[in-house]
Formats: sequence, structure tokens, C-alpha cells
Amino acid sequence: MRLIDVAHARSGDKGDSVNIGLIARDRSDYPLLVKEVTAERVAHHFAGVCLGEVKRYELPNLGALNFILTSALGGGGTTSLRVDAQGKAMGEALLFMEIDV
Amino acid sequence: MNTVRIANGQAFWGDSPAAPVAQVRGGDIDYLTLDYLAEITMSVLRKQYERDPDAGYARDFVDLMSEIMQECLERDIKVVANAGGVNPQGCAQALLDVAASRGISGLRVGVVTGDDIMAQLDDLESEGVPLQNLDTGTSFDEVRDRIASANAYLGAEPIARALADGANVVITGRCTDPGLVLGPLVHEFGWQWDDWNLLAAGTVAGHTIECGAQASGGNFQGGWRTMDDLAHVGYPIVEVSADGTFVVTKHPGTGGAVTTATVTEQLLYELGDPATYLSPEVTADFTALQVQEVGPDRVEVTGARGRPPTDSLKVSMAYSDGFQGAAMITYAWPDAIAKAELADSVLRTRLKDLGLPLRAIRTDLVGYNSVHGRVVPPAGSDQSEVVLRVSIWADDPDTVSRFAAEIAPLVMGPPGFTGLLAGGRMRPSRVMAYWPTLVPKSVVDPQVIVRDGV
Repeated sequence: MRLIDVAHARSGDKGDSVNIGLIARDRSDYPLLVKEVTAERVAHHFAGVCLGEVKRYELPNLGALNFILTSALGGGGTTSLRVDAQGKAMGEALLFMEIDV
Repeated sequence: MNTVRIANGQAFWGDSPAAPVAQVRGGDIDYLTLDYLAEITMSVLRKQYERDPDAGYARDFVDLMSEIMQECLERDIKVVANAGGVNPQGCAQALLDVAASRGISGLRVGVVTGDDIMAQLDDLESEGVPLQNLDTGTSFDEVRDRIASANAYLGAEPIARALADGANVVITGRCTDPGLVLGPLVHEFGWQWDDWNLLAAGTVAGHTIECGAQASGGNFQGGWRTMDDLAHVGYPIVEVSADGTFVVTKHPGTGGAVTTATVTEQLLYELGDPATYLSPEVTADFTALQVQEVGPDRVEVTGARGRPPTDSLKVSMAYSDGFQGAAMITYAWPDAIAKAELADSVLRTRLKDLGLPLRAIRTDLVGYNSVHGRVVPPAGSDQSEVVLRVSIWADDPDTVSRFAAEIAPLVMGPPGFTGLLAGGRMRPSRVMAYWPTLVPKSVVDPQVIVRDGV
């Protein structure tokens, strides 16, 4: 199963970092996200894209996780040569991740 | 007043010109808030101001106000906008001129200044304020002589002051986006500057609507197919109670939707540590927020917690950082990708021959893998077509121009050069880069002046 089957996401930029909010479609799947979508797995998923570190924050109250990926936007904002200079599609890239249920 | 209804009508400069008009005409609101300033907008406005001392603010705002000002005054809808750019006084004057020429009476424009610290930079350095890059730790010396603008993020306090002084339109320069919402709430409810939970609630309310329709069905990954009539998407409104609880909603008959999912996506947007959302008046904590649907297109948010702010203000500077250019050529079947790759290789060999001093070069195959790269691998490679995009970054514009001259000759490379997607030969575009830093609050002194129309 891929994350897109159980979660939705929105991403945005802060300088050269991107944040990805990952939200369980059904609140009962939140523990699954906590177990499966670790900072390490996200770093592995974005290997070669996120050149810094991945930090994860838990928001059980919203059934959501928040990830910060540093050095992930090729310089970020106005200096990046990336097509997706602001990481707007990176949340959707995370949803491609395979998880074990 | 039981609740205050605050609408957002503009999430960024260039957002829908129809949105703020629809917010005024679509139903009852008490405040219309408008955000015009992206991180590097100030440097562009400063250039305009240097050429013309009457410019340097968001002219679009004046055009908008000339359309809605009369109605806002008649219905007592107050407008709060960070449209002032580097010249809030000029922006206010333009509004007063419009009112005078139309015979509109009763306009009182509150002008917030003091965010512009460009003239203080030398003093700050000599006082030992490091001004290093907040994200990278890089020393300010690297960019000092290329700084084009420097503005501290002011908060809600000067906005609340302007409203208390009787302003019905408040114009600021650089200001936090949530401050545009918190200022009116502090003014209306008489919240104190140490009511931490209330200040946090107002900040969360501001965060929820600051990106416009992103709270109400726009850019909604969780169910974009189910959003009706995005052509007329309803921009969000918060109905805030004196105890800080608020309902996110939109005008009836508009497109999109307000659901727990749309609101939750927005709450997480551009969030860092959710327990530590920094702003000038309060540090807000999102980790106990509760979001629940209380009616159709009505979502209630409760549980914001706050604590005292830090003693620093965030500063956004822009500095000139070289030039960029990008060329785009479409190649088609057969072997579209192989042809694009050969063209890229020909181009790069030519650039190597020329010895151009490039800071960076990047090749993308648009329509194939330019956005997700290897994270989401392409399904196959037998495309009907693909766009070769080669972009470069250099210190000087001549390098970009010389690179541009190498693009058209690729017609003699692999077959099927279909012409340049972006039109004629590329022009070097100047890069304005962003330099975030901190300054002690004590060095910034926000000023408020209220100017009366006729």
C-alpha cells in the first residue's frame, strides 16, 4: 500500500527547507503513520533531493505529522533552478511511499 | 460584539483581483485583510521607490480600493493590508487622493511605519548585532554591500493602535500575515498583551486564512476532485469569539469547501515546530488545537495555547545575487527523451568550449521527471514528447546572454527542434535572494499615524 491510500499532504517552503504536513484521511490510521513514516524513512525516500536532515513533529490532535526537510530546494525561493522551486509538489511525492500494513 | 468576522481577500501579490470584491459583496464581514508582500517583494518595491518617490507600494491595492472603498465605508468594513511596501505614506496618499477625487468622505487611513531598518544597518552592526543568516549561519559580511532592502516583521500591536485611533483602513509595510488578523481582534475584544492563549488563538486564526483559498478548497490535495466551482472559490472568513474560539467559513454560493481536511492542510502549511510558532507578540502552540465541523462549510478551531514571545524580531532582507536564464525546447516521438538528452550534451560541450563561468547549471526533462525526479520514477520512456529545460545561474548578465546565444544553434543538433517555448531569446533575469535574520525588539520602533480624508 502507498501512503496516498491513507493520507493526504500539503507542502511549502521556508528558505531552502520544505515542510510537509501529512494527514491521516481516517483518524484511526494516525498510529499507522506514526509507526511507518519515520524521519529515517522519509530521508531515505527523498535521498538525493533532501541534502540535509529530516525532522518529524507529531500532532495527534490533528491526526497529522509535520516533516521539515532541510537543504531540499536547491537553494530555495528565488535562487533555485528547480522547476518546483518552492517544493509545492513534494507532499505528493511523499504520498508515493510504500508502507506496511 | 459577540463575534468578529474577518475575511482574507488576497494571499499574495498577484492573487485573484476578484476575491476581495467577492468578500465584500458576498455577505457580512467586519474586516477585510489583504496580504501583498512575499519575502523578496520589498526589494522590487524599493527599486521602484528609488526611481519614483511616489511609488514603492502595491498599486493593485489602490486600484482595488477605488472599487470597494465607498461600500466598505458605508457598511463599516475595515480594511487591513500590508500594501504599503517601502512607502506606506505614499500608499495612504494615493488612497486619500482617490477618495477626494470621488467625493468619498469619512476615510481615515492608519499608516504603520518603522519596519524599514535599511538606514539602521550600519548602527546595528557597530552595536554588535550579528545579522547572520538565520537559516545557514552565514556571516552578514558576505552580502552587506549587496543588500537591497531590510525590513523587520512588525506584528499586531501597531495595527490595533491604528484601529484604536479611529482608522478604518490600515496600511502597513512588512508585517506578519497573522498580525493582520490579530490586530483587529485585540482592538475589538480588548485582549491584553499578556493574554497568551487569546493572542495565540488570534494568531492561529490569522495563519488559517493568510493563504486565502488554501483554507477553503484551493490547492487541496486531500480531495481536489470533489471541490465544486473552483473558478469561483470562496475565500475564507474567520468568525472569532471573545474567548478565542473561531469558526472558519466562506460566503454562501461560492465554490470550494471548508472542511476539517481543508482547514487541517492549511494549519500545517509552512509550519515548523508546531509547539513553537513564533510571532512578535506571542509564541503559539498548535499541539492542542481541535478542529471539528459544526455545520456545512463551518469548521470550529479551539485549543490554541500561547506563551510569551522571544525578545527578537525576524528581519527579511533581499540582496542581489547574480543572474539566471532558462531555455526550453520541445522534442517529440520517436526517441523524444534520447533527443533531448543529446541536445543537452551538445549544449554542455559548447559551454565547456566557451569556458563560461557558471555558478550552477541544471537540466530538466519537463513532462518526464522534472518535478519528482527519482522519488516517483516515470512509468516509461517512450514519450510522445518532452521539454528540455536547461537553466543557468551566473554572476553577470553577459554570461547568461552568451549562454542564450547557444540555444538556437541546437536546431543543427538532434532532429525536431520545435522552437523556443518561451518565445524569443532569453533575457538574463536578476536574482534577488533572501536573507532572514533577527534583531533585538528594542531597536525597532513601530509608528502609527492616522490621516483623515475629507
